[in-house]
Amino acid sequence: MSSSITLTMEKHLATTSVAEEKGSSLWQDAFHRLKKNKLALAGAIFLLLEITIAVLTPVIAPYSFEEQNLEMTMAPMSAQHWLGTDSLGRDLLTRLMYGGRISLLVGILASLVSVFIGVLYGATAGFFGGKIDNWMMRIVDVLYALPFIFMVIILMVYFGRNFVLLFVALGATQWLTMARIVRGQVMSLKEKEFVEAARSIGVGDFKILTRHLIPNSLGPVIVYLTLTVPAVILEEAFLSFLGLGVQAPMASWGTLISSGVEAMEIAPRVLIAPAICLSLTLLSLNFLGDGLRDALDPKGARD
Amino acid sequence: MILKYLLKRIAVLVPVFLFVVTVVFFMIRFAPGGPFDSEKRVSPEIMKNLQAKYHMDEPLYKQYFRYLGDLAQGDLGPSFKHANRSVNEIIFEALPVSAELGLISLTWALLIGLAAGLVASMRPNTWLDYIPMSFSLIGISLPTFVIGPVLVLVFALWNDWLPVAGWNSWQDRILPSLTLGMAYAAYISRLTRGGMMEIRSQDFMRTAKMKGLSEMQVVVRHGLKGGLLPVISYLGPALAGIITGALVTESIFHIPGLGRFFVESAVNRDYTVVMGTALLYFALIFFCNLLVDIVYAFLDPRVRYE
Repeated sequence: MSSSITLTMEKHLATTSVAEEKGSSLWQDAFHRLKKNKLALAGAIFLLLEITIAVLTPVIAPYSFEEQNLEMTMAPMSAQHWLGTDSLGRDLLTRLMYGGRISLLVGILASLVSVFIGVLYGATAGFFGGKIDNWMMRIVDVLYALPFIFMVIILMVYFGRNFVLLFVALGATQWLTMARIVRGQVMSLKEKEFVEAARSIGVGDFKILTRHLIPNSLGPVIVYLTLTVPAVILEEAFLSFLGLGVQAPMASWGTLISSGVEAMEIAPRVLIAPAICLSLTLLSLNFLGDGLRDALDPKGARD
Repeated sequence: MILKYLLKRIAVLVPVFLFVVTVVFFMIRFAPGGPFDSEKRVSPEIMKNLQAKYHMDEPLYKQYFRYLGDLAQGDLGPSFKHANRSVNEIIFEALPVSAELGLISLTWALLIGLAAGLVASMRPNTWLDYIPMSFSLIGISLPTFVIGPVLVLVFALWNDWLPVAGWNSWQDRILPSLTLGMAYAAYISRLTRGGMMEIRSQDFMRTAKMKGLSEMQVVVRHGLKGGLLPVISYLGPALAGIITGALVTESIFHIPGLGRFFVESAVNRDYTVVMGTALLYFALIFFCNLLVDIVYAFLDPRVRYE
């Protein structure tokens, strides 16, 4: 999101060194600490619930996605339509559920794209070090200053509002911090004894990277992944709000908010329902991300 | 030293800028569709004339170098869609509008954010801390395109206090700038609180208190300079965010600023306007970041120019 936050975060993450504990593993410890963080736990439960609903939507949605009922437009909340209907008489709850599927899917897929690029790039830079690292990180510094959202807008407008393009483009804007984090991790890990041990028994570069260095930097990667998902969901909603993201008949929370704005004077619920869904999701993901960071890095834990 | 640093930063800018120009130029041109697609059916001759007028009949590389040459002289070319207007003219009209919106928003963000953060940090763990901090949590988690419509709904539609949209009177400025500034106010309040809390525990603050200064004096004279460093370093991203956020805000409130031109011309395939506004955005964000870095180094002597 912003460089200051990511900077402090990198500081936190950089100190997250590898597990050197006895008995319970790093992950068990982290899970134990996470359970004590009520906000993070609430966020995790909310997200689990939401993902379950999203997965089951085709089965449990009360109506079909595009079913219009022009005699029931803008119907208020009722037993039939829990959240009422929209300006085309479509059930709002159903649209919200399907919209959530798209929003979450874009968030997850784009974040995975960003992890893929970031880990590959960061690990390469950190592993080789020296001049290669210097140049690769210079490029990252420069790219940080570019507002990618404009590129994404241009891309979406000119190459069609294609779903695959959407999440790949969004993912491609979010890998910079990931690359920095992974690089830092790999740099400190590669000096550790276990890497030396692996090397001494003749393990090759590639295998050291994929078997030892990357798996051991997963903690911070997961933390940052949790924080990338909301950033991407927000960007997608931003684009969809401008009419440049997901295209009809598909809908995401962004497009629902956008059509809610048009109808808000008659029925504010059409705007407020998707807005609440989006905000709660962003909030939960941020709480969970912060909680995970503290759980995986007890030394850097804040007040 | 600072001059050398500046030169270095600007030297990096030139190739990056060239890179951006090239990428955007070819991205737009290789995409299907063109600016004259939606024109009413025109005869082939007129089409030919149109294309010749905008040099669209030349090979692409020639157009590219023509664009670069014009750009070097500060000429962003004619608009494809707004007849008889150049991109420079459009920017000249739209930029002050966007700049005004951005500056008012930033002022809100700083005023509200600093005040709330300072109060919270001076009375931690009381309701003076909890209330603003809860609000800031809400502010952070609400995107501009939700805050804006909700403000319109409450202040313009339900109560007839402020105008729904437009950009003429001073009342028109209030809702858009609040919309855009709110999230940053929320973030700045948290950063202020964090920074001040950290500085409070330092020895020199205790010394200042012990020599008999009032709480206000201690905070203002000794605390602010160090405590606000996180806020200063956040200003770069905040400015960049305000500039991008203006895309949405301007379209919600129908403000004739750069953001609206950018989105509108992207959809219309007005090649030169898209290029011109996008490049301007890149330059703006670059200079905002540079400015913030300089201010930061000025306030924190520990920072050295590399």
